[in-house]
Amino acid sequence: MFEKLALYLQYPFVRYALIVGVLIALCSSLLGVTLVLKRFSFIGDGLSHVAFGAMAIAAVLNLSNDMLLILPITVISAVLLLRTGQHTRIKGDASIAMISVGALAFGYLIMNIFSTSSNISGDVCSTLFGSTSILTLSKTEVWLSAALSVLAVMIFVLFYNKIFAVTFDEDFARASGIKTNAYNLMIAVVIAVIIVLAMNLVGSLLISALVIFPALSAMRIFKSFKSVTICSAVLSVICALLGIIISILAGTPVGSTIVAVDVVAFALCYATGIIAGRAKK
Amino acid sequence: MALLTVSDLSLGYESHAIAEGISFTVNAGDYLCIVGENGSGKTTLMKTLLRLQDPISGSITTGDGLKRSEIGYLPQQTAIQKDFPASVREIVLSGCQGRCGFRPFYSKEEKLLAEKNMERMGVTALADRCYRELSGGQQQRVLLARALCATGKVLLLDEPVSGLDPKVTAEMYSLIAQLNREGLTVIMISHDIAAAVKYASHILHIGAKVFFGTRDEYLGSEAGTNFLTQQKGGGADV
Repeated sequence: MFEKLALYLQYPFVRYALIVGVLIALCSSLLGVTLVLKRFSFIGDGLSHVAFGAMAIAAVLNLSNDMLLILPITVISAVLLLRTGQHTRIKGDASIAMISVGALAFGYLIMNIFSTSSNISGDVCSTLFGSTSILTLSKTEVWLSAALSVLAVMIFVLFYNKIFAVTFDEDFARASGIKTNAYNLMIAVVIAVIIVLAMNLVGSLLISALVIFPALSAMRIFKSFKSVTICSAVLSVICALLGIIISILAGTPVGSTIVAVDVVAFALCYATGIIAGRAKK
Repeated sequence: MALLTVSDLSLGYESHAIAEGISFTVNAGDYLCIVGENGSGKTTLMKTLLRLQDPISGSITTGDGLKRSEIGYLPQQTAIQKDFPASVREIVLSGCQGRCGFRPFYSKEEKLLAEKNMERMGVTALADRCYRELSGGQQQRVLLARALCATGKVLLLDEPVSGLDPKVTAEMYSLIAQLNREGLTVIMISHDIAAAVKYASHILHIGAKVFFGTRDEYLGSEAGTNFLTQQKGGGADV
C-alpha cells in the first residue's frame, strides 16, 4: 500500500492535488464556525450553485482559465445575496433559493445546448461532484489556488478578533464602533473565494460539507472560539489528506471520499462529546 | 453640560413612527430608567441612542467629551448566543474591540482591563468556562463585564433581568446600583416599574404620553400613578 502511494507521489499532479487540497481544506474550515453560527450556511450553499452556473458558462466559452470568470461572478453574487439577506430574513432565504436553483438549471441548460463535448453528463457530473478536477489542475491554477488560500487564511488571522466580535454579537459590535456591514461584506467575499476554490476539490454540490462539517465536529468537543477554530482547521486538513489518499489508493472519486471522511469524523466527535459530557457529570 | 441630550426625538422604522416627542437629558452619575408598555418603542429608543438605527427626526447630542462608541451596551440575549462556543474571557475581551480600530490584536492593557472587569463582576473563576454552559445570571454578569470593557462612563442596559429568577434579579439590581455608585451613568430599559422607582434617579416613561423627570416627580405624576397601579393590579410581568 505504501509502495503504491510512494509511486503515485512521484507524479507532480498528485503532489499538486495534495498541496492544493490541504490549503483549500484549511481555509474552508476557518470560516465554517462563523458561517454555522451566523446562520449563513445557506449562503454558502446558494453560492456554490451560482459557481456551478458560472462554470457552465466558462466551459461553453472554452476559457483556458475558467477561474477568472467564475471568481468575479461568485463574488458579485455573494455581495448581492448578503444585501438582500440583511433587511428581511425570509425574503433573503427565498431569494437565495431562487438564485441557487436558477443558476443550477441555467448551468445545466447552457451545457446541454452549447456544449461541444461528447460526454455532457460526464462533464456535469464532474462539476457537481468534482470527480477528478483536483488531479487535472494546470500549473497556473495550482498557483492561483495556493495564493488565494493563503490570502484567505491571512485575512482570517488578521481579522480574527473582529470576526469573533461580529459573529458573537453584531449589535454590540456596531454600538462599540465596529463597521459590521463592512466585515459582513468581507466575510461574504472570502466565502465566495473559498467556494470557487473548493469547487476544484469536491465539486459544487459538496462544498457546504467541506465548510460546515469540520466546524460542527469541533463544536461538539471544544468550548472556546479559539479552540473550536483550531480544531476544525486541523480536522479539515486531516480529513482532506485522508480522503485524497484513500481516493488515490482505492480509485474512488476524490470529493465524495473527502466528505465521507468528514462525516465519519463528525460521528466520532459527536460520540466523544457525549462521552466527555457524561464523564463530567 | 449633559452627557447626553435628546431633543424632540421621533423613533420608528422607515417613516412609521412608534414614539414621538421624546426629550430628555442624562447627566454624569444619573441612573435613568426607561419604562413603558410593550411596543411603546423602548428597545427602538435604545437602538437609536446607540446609532444602530437612525431617528426619524430630532437630535441626539453627546457632551462632556463622551464619544458614541464609549457607551457600554448590555443587549438582550440573541438566539445565536445560546449555542455559541466561546469562553468567558474571549467574550469579555471582545468588549475592547471598539478601542482597537484597525489594530488586529488586543494589547496588554486591554487584556488587563478585561481581567479587571471580570474581577469586578465576580466572574474571574469562570474565565475559561464555556459561555453557553453558564446560568442566566452568570451570563448577564459576563455581558456586563464586556460592556464595562467598552466604557468607563455610560452603561445602557436592555431588560437586564429578563428571564432571571427573583434572587438573581435582586443581585443583578444591586450590582448595577453599585456600578452607579462607583460613578457610572446607567440608562436602563425595564418592565419592572417597582425596581425602577426603587433604584433610578430619573425616569423616562414613553408611550402615548411622554414623561421625563426625577423619580419623585414621576411618583407624583399622572403617568406614574396610572402605570404603577396598573402594573400592581394586573400582576406585573416582571
